Amino acid sequence: MSALAATFRRDLALMWGGGGGALAPLGFFLGATMLVPLAMGPERNLLAAAGPPLVWIAAALAVLATLERLFQADLEDGSLDHMLLSPAPLEMIVLAKGAALWVAVGVPLALASAPAAIALQAPPDLVPAIVLSLLLGMAAFIGVGLVGAAVTAGVKRGGVLIALIVLPFFAPPIIFGAAVAGGEHVGAALSVLAGFALAAIALGPITAAAALRLQAE
Amino acid sequence: MSGSGPFQDKPTIRVDALSVARGGRILFEGLSFTAEPGAYLEIRGGNGAGKTTLLRTLAGYLKPRAGRIAFDNAEDPALKLHFVGHQNGLKPTISVASHLRYWTGLFGGAGDADVAAEKLGLAALLERPARTLSQGQARRLSLSRLVLAPRPIWLLDEPAAALDANGKAMLAAIIDAHRAAGGLVVAAVHEPLGPTPSQTLTVGA
Repeated sequence: MSALAATFRRDLALMWGGGGGALAPLGFFLGATMLVPLAMGPERNLLAAAGPPLVWIAAALAVLATLERLFQADLEDGSLDHMLLSPAPLEMIVLAKGAALWVAVGVPLALASAPAAIALQAPPDLVPAIVLSLLLGMAAFIGVGLVGAAVTAGVKRGGVLIALIVLPFFAPPIIFGAAVAGGEHVGAALSVLAGFALAAIALGPITAAAALRLQAE
Repeated sequence: MSGSGPFQDKPTIRVDALSVARGGRILFEGLSFTAEPGAYLEIRGGNGAGKTTLLRTLAGYLKPRAGRIAFDNAEDPALKLHFVGHQNGLKPTISVASHLRYWTGLFGGAGDADVAAEKLGLAALLERPARTLSQGQARRLSLSRLVLAPRPIWLLDEPAAALDANGKAMLAAIIDAHRAAGGLVVAAVHEPLGPTPSQTLTVGA
């Protein structure tokens, strides 16, 4: 098994096994989106106009909460020292960790957006596009989030700092994701999201690995 | 002891006028030594003398303030060394067997997980999650990667910490086997580990 496959498997096991952290963001996401119809009252038209883009806000905040411990745990328990001695480049190990986070948290959130979008009065024929947009959006959030998580790995209670670092970079996917959820220029918005996701996947691990090398000092 | 095993062409450590600082304070200056294949170098020094900093510098985690570290004959620089620090790098919810599998992959190991488990007395613990291990068992698990993924240079920081007499004997046995194979061991210790050091180095004042 290669270093990358081993890292991917281990992180999946950590997130889904024995009280892992993957259920918490899913619960947060479903809870937040299910409360919106209750808070906005029985006015269907109001909900249909304002509701669907809220799945994007809830998803962004849900994934943000998973970032704080992503590298901090590895720094504290010495695992980062091990990663630096792997024959695989740290950038690729970071990418494998990001891929595991996408599979463990991003994909379930994107799939959960289907019932959430319907509850928020999204037109049913738009639901597949919303799910697809969130699959791309989660990759973009995680690519950017890797950098925030790596930079703040050595900071106790670094959650607020991560939010300050990554939220500005969450803005473009949210803008185009909300366009998809609102049913405007769906094809074009999906293309832009895909482009942003690719850029984040390519650049995030490189930047995050550079930050982690400094953390090992 | 001269190297005659699989590591005989593998690195020699040459340290020349090494100076390291931590938090703006110089820990030691002008440290020079050479360690050949088959050598076992013990690093001595009081608390805070710089033993851990020296090992982390040799491992490449820290940059020296001055001086030079060279690994001669390093065939594949990415596979030249292991570092065993104070932290064991274990995840509480993951089993012993999963840790062995992960390290085999991560370190590009060609070793046999069963052999490694046997040599460090982990065979009966394979299905146990790491959070149920005692301190000494956790340390033995951490040491198992030395056997899992053979690499010529071992940098060990207080490797016998928390080990019982049995564990110390296992550690001494894998160090002896490693030296006999032409490997090289540098260990920071307070108490002698057992194997006779080929060289003792004292750092700090």
